[in-house]
Amino acid sequence: MNIIFVMIAVSLFLAIIFFIIFIRLVKKGQYDDVYTPSVRMLFDDELVKDKKEPKSINK
Amino acid sequence: MPKETCYHCGADCNADKIVFDDKCFCCNGCKTVYEILNQNELSCYYDFEQAPGTVPTEIKGKYDYLDNPEIAEKLIEFNDGTTSVVNFYIPSIHCSSCIWVLENLDKLNPGVKNTLVNFPKKEVRITFKDSEVSLKKVVELITSIGYEPLISLEDAEGKKKKINRTLIYQVALAGFAFGNVMLLSFPEYFQVSEFWLDRFKPLFRFLMFAFSVPVVIYSARDYLISAYKGLKHGILNIDVPISLGILVLFFRSSYEVFTHTGQGYFDSLTGLVFFLLIGKVFQQKTYGFLSFERDYKSYFPIAITKVDINGNQTNIPLHQIKQGDRLLIRNEEIIPVDGVLINGNALLDYSFVTGESIPVSKKSGDKVFAGGKQMGGAIEVDVLQTVTQSYLTQLWSNDIFTKVPEKNIKNLTDTISKYFTIVILAIAFFAGLYWYFEDRSIAFNVVTAVLIIACPCALALSAPFALGNMLRIFGKKRFYLKNSEVIELISKVDTLVFDKTGTLTTNKEAEIHYEGTKLSPDELPLVKSLLRSSNHPLSRMLFKYIRSEKLIEPERFEEVLGKGIKGIFNKKEVRAGSAGFTGAKGVSGIDTYMYIKIDGELKGKFIFKNAYRTGLTDVFKKLAKKYRLAVVSGDNAGEKAQLENMLPKSSEILFNQKPEDKLQYIKKLQGQHHNVMMLGDGLNDAGALAQSNVGIAISENINVFSPASDGILDASRFKNLPDFLQLSGKTLQIVKLSFLLSFIYNIVGMVFAVSGSLSPIVAAILMPLSSISVVFFVTLSTNIISKKILY
Repeated sequence: MNIIFVMIAVSLFLAIIFFIIFIRLVKKGQYDDVYTPSVRMLFDDELVKDKKEPKSINK
Repeated sequence: MPKETCYHCGADCNADKIVFDDKCFCCNGCKTVYEILNQNELSCYYDFEQAPGTVPTEIKGKYDYLDNPEIAEKLIEFNDGTTSVVNFYIPSIHCSSCIWVLENLDKLNPGVKNTLVNFPKKEVRITFKDSEVSLKKVVELITSIGYEPLISLEDAEGKKKKINRTLIYQVALAGFAFGNVMLLSFPEYFQVSEFWLDRFKPLFRFLMFAFSVPVVIYSARDYLISAYKGLKHGILNIDVPISLGILVLFFRSSYEVFTHTGQGYFDSLTGLVFFLLIGKVFQQKTYGFLSFERDYKSYFPIAITKVDINGNQTNIPLHQIKQGDRLLIRNEEIIPVDGVLINGNALLDYSFVTGESIPVSKKSGDKVFAGGKQMGGAIEVDVLQTVTQSYLTQLWSNDIFTKVPEKNIKNLTDTISKYFTIVILAIAFFAGLYWYFEDRSIAFNVVTAVLIIACPCALALSAPFALGNMLRIFGKKRFYLKNSEVIELISKVDTLVFDKTGTLTTNKEAEIHYEGTKLSPDELPLVKSLLRSSNHPLSRMLFKYIRSEKLIEPERFEEVLGKGIKGIFNKKEVRAGSAGFTGAKGVSGIDTYMYIKIDGELKGKFIFKNAYRTGLTDVFKKLAKKYRLAVVSGDNAGEKAQLENMLPKSSEILFNQKPEDKLQYIKKLQGQHHNVMMLGDGLNDAGALAQSNVGIAISENINVFSPASDGILDASRFKNLPDFLQLSGKTLQIVKLSFLLSFIYNIVGMVFAVSGSLSPIVAAILMPLSSISVVFFVTLSTNIISKKILY
């Protein structure tokens, strides 16, 4: 069960890395606005330009 | 006949409706925005919400000052020579369609590279290439689709607020440590003697210690510093017992771990700090789109048009205005200085500045004061005083704006903590004394246990959660407070002082009565058509009031400023205006009249009364039961009788009050040991709002200017004012009840501590339990009473 020493070391290392990344992102300002991304996510991407098709058919 | 609504903005389309592309629009502006969006394949704008648009405002010439590089430089956030980044506050952002169209701005103009919307703050950050589009074109673009930015003198100051994120870091650290320490402390709770458990005990204990160190040094820092500062001044605030608890917890646990006598209480320590910080975060609700610190600078524009001797117009920033300059003020623009009118007919709206409800007419040679909004054609003004020297801005040199408010308002929590700390120290002392003689070995344990369990986590959480929750509830009901402490201030108020114009009255409707021979169905459309071409606020009000489907174009139209309007329809002359203009016999009185004369015959007059807000009498009746009421107005005494009817007999009603007078009145009341709340809406109330104990600004449109205050009440919620005041008082009662609840936990814990049986697991259970139950109780109670009173 001595493996626990290794496990704890690794998990601590991972946890601290995530913590540091979180702090850096907060500093960058990513979490200053948490509302708008939730709305932005629902927008469609580039509009499909299929308007040109019907026009040529109607000719 | 079914009412048709505008496809773009949702307003009613009446006789003026415009039909385009099978859709109905209320005006040319809305139709134009639709056209722009359609042509650029942005018609998705209308898919997200129904009628998401707003009517666009006039652009012509309005933003010419942005071509001036000195002014533009103040607004641009970042410029590397090729690309610029600018940040604007756009009050009309209100829905997801707004976000969508603004972030797709690059489709309307390829010079715009990127746009990012911050919805809670109603700000938009636009990145554009200097070579392809100018700042002025960007602003004109967003204005043309109905999203006009609010640019005021405040932006020119360039004061950028640095966002303080320390609290987030502290919570993150405390939460991270708390989670890990809880995991590590779990095995030892069950006190099983097992080989592997004993092998890892030292490692786990050391790790718990390692996690707790940064928590005490960084996350708990504010409490320790505040307690130290308090003790230096001889004040026992709530942070003193908290810091005591934290330090005792830390040192006792470290001692236990390093002498191998126990596992310590690190889980309680990190949990305690975490919960306390969560309470702080919850209390700190702010409204990003509002500002409680506006002064005249956010009301004034950033630049003004100067006319030189040759008649050339230049745009100069406001601080460059010198005595003797000649300025050009267009329609709907504000005069930023005291000056003399040279050219043009001035019709100035001073309602925001002095409280006078009817616009003032000035002719050439008259003196005009800063802060008035021109409601007519363009005028030219010669400057007498610079911006900072004008009569209006002198108000801000009063001490009240520079003096930092002393924090001598002891809030409820701090008052209780004084007695709390003394009692705790006494118990610890006597318990320690007792055990010293009984069984010396556990004396140290008992004293530290008492100090640990006494840590007022629950006590410290009662106020933040109760006030924070009530703050949010108020915000949902359109009563926005600067911070949660204002609620406690409100509960102490005993006198209410109201401004009249704009606060008790509303510009949106006016009570209009007609006296005279009834106008026939032929004559009514004539009058309405005549009013249509006039910009005067009275004409506009009357235009909305008269119901007529038909509208006729006049053959001739003439507006005589200050007197009235006249037009010719089918060879008949129609006149509307003052008594002298229409040849009627003038009536002396303070009400405003508009006489109507058709084809030489005097028909009658329209009487305009100040429209008081709906439900005002009820509001006063409810308030009079608990509070002393008073009204101070910058207007004349015409409304005296009506106000005396609505208010209780002992109320003071003062008229013709200048802004300085209002401030002095509040001071006088405070000198009589009254706790005063001031309610106002304009710049003329700014001094009084700052001087009073609680200043509330009433606002018809919260996105537009409101003077610096402790809270902003949306005008539509004015009738709920007594409810808000009542709820503030009840919130304080809930806080007191929850203090009681937390005392019970303290007593239970104390029993354990004094008897020497406080094990780490008991502490670890009691602390979170007490905190969570207090938070639960407080949140539930505030929700219940607010539902009862406000819904």
